Amino acid sequence: MSTSATQEPQLTKAQQRKMRRFDNPWLNPKLLWGAAILIGIMALGLIGRLLWDTELVFTGSGPLKLPPIGFENLRGQSGITDHPLGTDGAGRDVLSLLIVGAPNSLYVGLLASLIGMSLGIFLGFSAGFVRGRVDDVIRVLSDVMITIPPLLILVVFQSAYGDVNLTMMAVLIAAFVWQSPTRLIRAQVMSMRESGYVQMARLSGASTFHIMFKEMLPNLIPYLFGSFIANVTTSIVTAVGLEVLGLGPQRVPTLGRTIYEAINAGALIQNLWWWWGIPTLFLALMFIALLLINIGLDEVSNPRLRKL
Amino acid sequence: MAFPNKKRHGGSADTSILTKEGPVARIPKGYILNRLTTLLLTILIAATLIWLIPRLSPVDPADIMLGRMSAAGGTVADSEQILATLQERFGLNDPLIVQYLKYIRNVAVFDFGLSTASFPTPVAVLIANALPWTLGLMLISILITFFIGNLLGALMVWDHSPKLVRVAIPTAMVFTSIPPILSGLLLMWLFSANLGWFPLTGSYGLMVEPGWTWEFTQSVLYHGFLPALSIVVVTFGFWALGMRGLMITVQGEDYIKLAEAKGLRPRFILYRYMIRNAILPQITAFALKIGLLIAGQVLVERIFAYNGMGKLLYDAILDQDFPVIQGVSYVIILMTAISVFIVDLIYPLIDPRIRHEAE
Repeated sequence: MSTSATQEPQLTKAQQRKMRRFDNPWLNPKLLWGAAILIGIMALGLIGRLLWDTELVFTGSGPLKLPPIGFENLRGQSGITDHPLGTDGAGRDVLSLLIVGAPNSLYVGLLASLIGMSLGIFLGFSAGFVRGRVDDVIRVLSDVMITIPPLLILVVFQSAYGDVNLTMMAVLIAAFVWQSPTRLIRAQVMSMRESGYVQMARLSGASTFHIMFKEMLPNLIPYLFGSFIANVTTSIVTAVGLEVLGLGPQRVPTLGRTIYEAINAGALIQNLWWWWGIPTLFLALMFIALLLINIGLDEVSNPRLRKL
Repeated sequence: MAFPNKKRHGGSADTSILTKEGPVARIPKGYILNRLTTLLLTILIAATLIWLIPRLSPVDPADIMLGRMSAAGGTVADSEQILATLQERFGLNDPLIVQYLKYIRNVAVFDFGLSTASFPTPVAVLIANALPWTLGLMLISILITFFIGNLLGALMVWDHSPKLVRVAIPTAMVFTSIPPILSGLLLMWLFSANLGWFPLTGSYGLMVEPGWTWEFTQSVLYHGFLPALSIVVVTFGFWALGMRGLMITVQGEDYIKLAEAKGLRPRFILYRYMIRNAILPQITAFALKIGLLIAGQVLVERIFAYNGMGKLLYDAILDQDFPVIQGVSYVIILMTAISVFIVDLIYPLIDPRIRHEAE
């Protein structure tokens, strides 16, 4: 008993916590918080559909420019429980805009990033494994494409074609988010193919496919996740950018489009803050969650960062 | 950038750079050639995409222009003939390959044709008017962010930073994942619409005559403050985060231990030993990030109605003014590509290891 009492104080509480945290790097608080916020947003989209009337996203379904509960607008109207977050300039319910719009933004981001990631895995492995001419082409192409801001090409595209749907927009954005995973995987594959365990696998007669997906890919997972999340952010930023310029899907409610309409209607000067502010804060929350996940993943792949 | 290429950690290799024909001569030709090819290829691919995409769409620019004329003046007499003339004038009757080659030749000399919305004005003139605003705002905000971000990132790791810094920065960083357009909206609402400290929109006062006068400069700085701030608050964290990772790596190096053992002042070690070595990869990150930064700024300009490329682009989208949309997109991509090229050229000057690798 006395020996354990003398041993104990050497480890402070914080150190103990740190030791425990190192047991499983995937359970670090940043990652968990980020994931929790994202899941919360998705849950709002899913559960909200069941509990709240999504028909209210259509124009004229409520009184115009009604403030959230507990506030008063310039005409002296106060918020009512029918529209707890207020209504916009066309009488659409802000809460139902969030319920319908937020999952749309996430959907575009996830789909675009997923397609980009698949392309990146394919091209990166091809470049790293086949090398030679294939590698040259892929490397130069990704060097070139990484410089071109997706927003501008998409602006040209959408102003020429008019309306697009969410999936189409995700596919278009995906054409610009394959480069960073490609470069990342290529570099890693290049360095890994010379490493002992890959040589070993090759000597024991494993197929290229086996080496790629069974030997190499598991080691890449933290990097891939990190790159995936970073691309989700880029895709959502691009999508929101297009929507704020008045492009993007015209018939589906999105958070970016709501902000676009609010700016155009002069919501800033009329102090209709709930109209643009709530979607803005919601998007901000989404980006913060993605950032937390990204930092958390960095800590998984680079243990030295776990200090803070 | 903020840390110019003078006096590296005093080795003999450095003096040799200075004694030979200047640092520029030291970058291997193969490296420059490689970067130059990438630059030209980027520009060519971007130009081709911008040309190709509208060509594949069923919308006819001459038709839109005629539509605008008839909207303005009721009916248009001889519309068929005007349509034919316009199509002839825009060169829409040539074979596609001829159109493409003509386009590439024109784009190379910044000739994007005439704006269809403000008709006889050449697109190049509109862009030339908007470009200085965008470049100015970009340069200022990027330099400030790069400086602040790297410094704060370094302070987060440094053992001797005040406690407040170590707590405050991670909190502030949470906001840095937000795109500048959202921060722009919030700042605009807070400081312009509510408090009235800053003007709501525009890039200089209505009463001010543009020119090289103090009054005009003052007005420009006053109007540019919020757009620049909204970019700075949300981008510095990217650099701070990157710098933090790099500093942690540098902190573990033996030469830092040696410097501490020698009894050098901590501040001296921070600036001369740690930041100097950690900053290098940040400059490459800069090259990768610049495209997104510029795209973000375009959107900030749009919400602040700042006289730059963003507003021009937004107006062009509203008017379906294809030549302007194409021109603006092309010039912004060109700006991005050239910035990346410049960063790539500066990099081997700062980091001798790259030079040796390339050799």
